[in-house]
Amino acid sequence: MIEELFESEQSLVEVKDLTVRFGAQTVLRNLSLSIPRGQTLVLLGESGCGKTVLMKSIIGLVTPTIGEVYFDDENMHRLSDRRLSLLRLRFGFVFQNAALFDSMTIGQNVAFPLKQHGKFTSEQIREMVISRLSEVGLPNSVIFKKPAELSGGMRKRVGLARALIMNPELIMYDEPTTGLDPIMSDVINELIIRTRRRNPVTSIVVTHDMNTAKKVADRIIMLMPTRRLNENESQIIFDGTPTEIESCRDRRVQQFINGEAGERLMELRASRT
Amino acid sequence: MQGGLPFLGRDKYAPTYVSSASNNLEHYEEEEDSFFVNMLSGWGGIVLDGIVALGDFTIFVYQTFVWMFTRLPKNGTLLPNFHQVGVSSLAVVALTGTFIGMVLAVQSYFQFRQIGLETRLGGVINMTLVRELGPVLAATMLAGRVGSSMAAELGTMRVTEQIDALSAMGANPIHYLVVPRFLACLFMIPALTVMADFMGVAGGHFYSVNILKIDIHHYWHNSAKFVTNFDLFVGLFKSIFFGAAIAMVSCYQGFNCTAGAEGVGRASTAAFVYSFVAILFIDLFLGITLDSIYFMYYPEGASLL
Repeated sequence: MIEELFESEQSLVEVKDLTVRFGAQTVLRNLSLSIPRGQTLVLLGESGCGKTVLMKSIIGLVTPTIGEVYFDDENMHRLSDRRLSLLRLRFGFVFQNAALFDSMTIGQNVAFPLKQHGKFTSEQIREMVISRLSEVGLPNSVIFKKPAELSGGMRKRVGLARALIMNPELIMYDEPTTGLDPIMSDVINELIIRTRRRNPVTSIVVTHDMNTAKKVADRIIMLMPTRRLNENESQIIFDGTPTEIESCRDRRVQQFINGEAGERLMELRASRT
Repeated sequence: MQGGLPFLGRDKYAPTYVSSASNNLEHYEEEEDSFFVNMLSGWGGIVLDGIVALGDFTIFVYQTFVWMFTRLPKNGTLLPNFHQVGVSSLAVVALTGTFIGMVLAVQSYFQFRQIGLETRLGGVINMTLVRELGPVLAATMLAGRVGSSMAAELGTMRVTEQIDALSAMGANPIHYLVVPRFLACLFMIPALTVMADFMGVAGGHFYSVNILKIDIHHYWHNSAKFVTNFDLFVGLFKSIFFGAAIAMVSCYQGFNCTAGAEGVGRASTAAFVYSFVAILFIDLFLGITLDSIYFMYYPEGASLL
């Protein structure tokens, strides 16, 4: 198909036959995926299905057991440490609990990638930090505070500001709205959308929140844990647009997006005995 | 060189080999000789686990050295660590030293007095302090104070994904977190040992001369005769290795911390226990080696008489 041809030329991230095992546990199995430039991809799936592991293997934090990950045609897991460090400056990663360095102030946290890059004067750094923080709606007064003094929502926004400060080409959000109130969740959604509107960034969003998924996604992929699949079944049980997922016939997909337990509790009980 | 990354993400999830071995056990239970199979595979699991951990630790140490020699430590990471290890431990090490000196005087006085050699106490106390107890007890104290706190701090950083965040932002966690801590321990622990030695000598002097009323001239005369520069060197030389061991063991434990408060607690306990074991081993082996060197230079040895 023409669309596929187009995608393969333009794809920023290319995951090929990725398998990740931790000890005896297979988290990802033969997963292939390609993400075109500029796309916002939402990864759905129940806890433990390997969404975060997939994201961490894309950025090279988890080494695949088998398979390869290409970012802009570079094999992430064949690079030297130095090349990898440089390449990572083109990524932004928003961690689940923000992962702010608690020994540093908010200002130092947000400035960290800039200092790591080492090509900016302290005046430039100060200006960029202030402007990024105001973009995510945080006042200048937080700069000298420590992460522990902020609320969960504020910390998440600081994490977002820190991920965005280098104008990355690929931003990954690990459960950006988990643990936030509905209004703050929507603020985060708005920020994700606005970030994309301002610069042509590619995003991967891991979430359980259907509102987020419907609001920000160009494309939704739903993963299934390997332990709930047969030997040769693909882990990707859905790949399509937000409108397509509404009309998807697969019972597992419908249960997930409508938040219905179905026979899941019985299954869980059965699997324990 | 990307060999370093595997264990950064892996260990958090990795089930131990012991547990996979115990899965096999269920399989064997129906069989007759299950007891021996149980025992064998249990021990096998433990051995395998130990070898894997040792290999992991070796890679970790190797990488620390590679980063230490290939790139200068990041600005602003060295001084806080030197302060944390050195200055903050000063009081506790001084206290330890003083009390060791005094206790040595208390314990040895009675025996030496019975054979009329109480003026030789100076030699005994100072020799023991400078060669053995000063470095070892200072290192033990520091393994508890510095080692556990490093393991807990790095463990918390691992659990809250701060270590992942470091690598995600293009900083190498080993270069950024481990190298400065290693250098701080390498330089500050010998320096603190000098402090412990000094306070011990002062404590021993105070108790022997002021309380036990041993003649000050003879006390110091015997010390000078008995304790050589080589003894001082032996103590400090050992403490360099103690410092390195504390830093590497504690950072490794922190980096491989398992999830949750329990994991952090376990990492900091393990950091102390393994550091202490490492200190004892290093002490024994360096003691043997250095002693043979000592007798090469001073074939007659030092005599109390």
